[in-house]
Amino acid sequence: MNRIYELMFIVRPDMTDEDLDKLISTLQSVVPASGGNVQRVDKMGKRRLAYAVRRFHEGIYVLMVVEGGGAVIHELERRLRVTEPVIKFLTVRVDEEQKRLDKVKQLRDSKKKISAQPAAPPASAAAAAEPAVPAAESPATA
Amino acid sequence: MAEETKAPEQSAPSERPRSSGDRPSGDRPRFGGGGGGRGPGGPPREGGGGRKFFRRKKVCKFCVEKIEDINYKDYRMLGQFVAESGKIVPRRLTGVCAPHQHRLSAAIKKARNIALLPFAGRAS
Repeated sequence: MNRIYELMFIVRPDMTDEDLDKLISTLQSVVPASGGNVQRVDKMGKRRLAYAVRRFHEGIYVLMVVEGGGAVIHELERRLRVTEPVIKFLTVRVDEEQKRLDKVKQLRDSKKKISAQPAAPPASAAAAAEPAVPAAESPATA
Repeated sequence: MAEETKAPEQSAPSERPRSSGDRPSGDRPRFGGGGGGRGPGGPPREGGGGRKFFRRKKVCKFCVEKIEDINYKDYRMLGQFVAESGKIVPRRLTGVCAPHQHRLSAAIKKARNIALLPFAGRAS
């Protein structure tokens, strides 16, 4: 149950800030009820839409990162569909992608440390090389 | 009649680049020297078609700059791979490698769905 979803939705541009906050907190309260937790909420501000959605040319974008199972998203989307000010939403599952990115990053960081080792004699690099040495040796011995 | 036209197609698909629209074979960019050298020399009708041979030198931007995260939210970066008409540019023009092109096109489609990029027409 460690799925991470990114839910992005667009709210009509004539919404006030406080209405928007009310809407967000309503959605946030739904999440723990279905067994999840909100990691963060990003209000990305008003943006011009690439095409007219429900006759609106601008919209307020909100991004919500939620952790939980499919039921959480099911409930959230149901709510969003019914909420009148929300004109569009998109849910993306990101945990697999995040895993892949972390793996690549790790691979790249470990390669960098190994290559930085012989080329860096000074003391500052020696301190960096020390933690790298056991990391470099273990794949070598394994 | 049908067999005649089919046989040459099947025997040398890479040597006989017909109107490139039909055969977007992945090996073309990699064939590079072979394709570029052989092409204009071979069937003269290809030159007559007016289709200049693709630029081989292009490299995949994502591989070179080591960008791993092709996010749908990054519409500015995605916009570079989208034509004026809003269409996704084929990789033989941008030089993107296949796996990155798949991720790129998936991201562009997500961005289109959330109105960050247009389906058709200029991105304002």
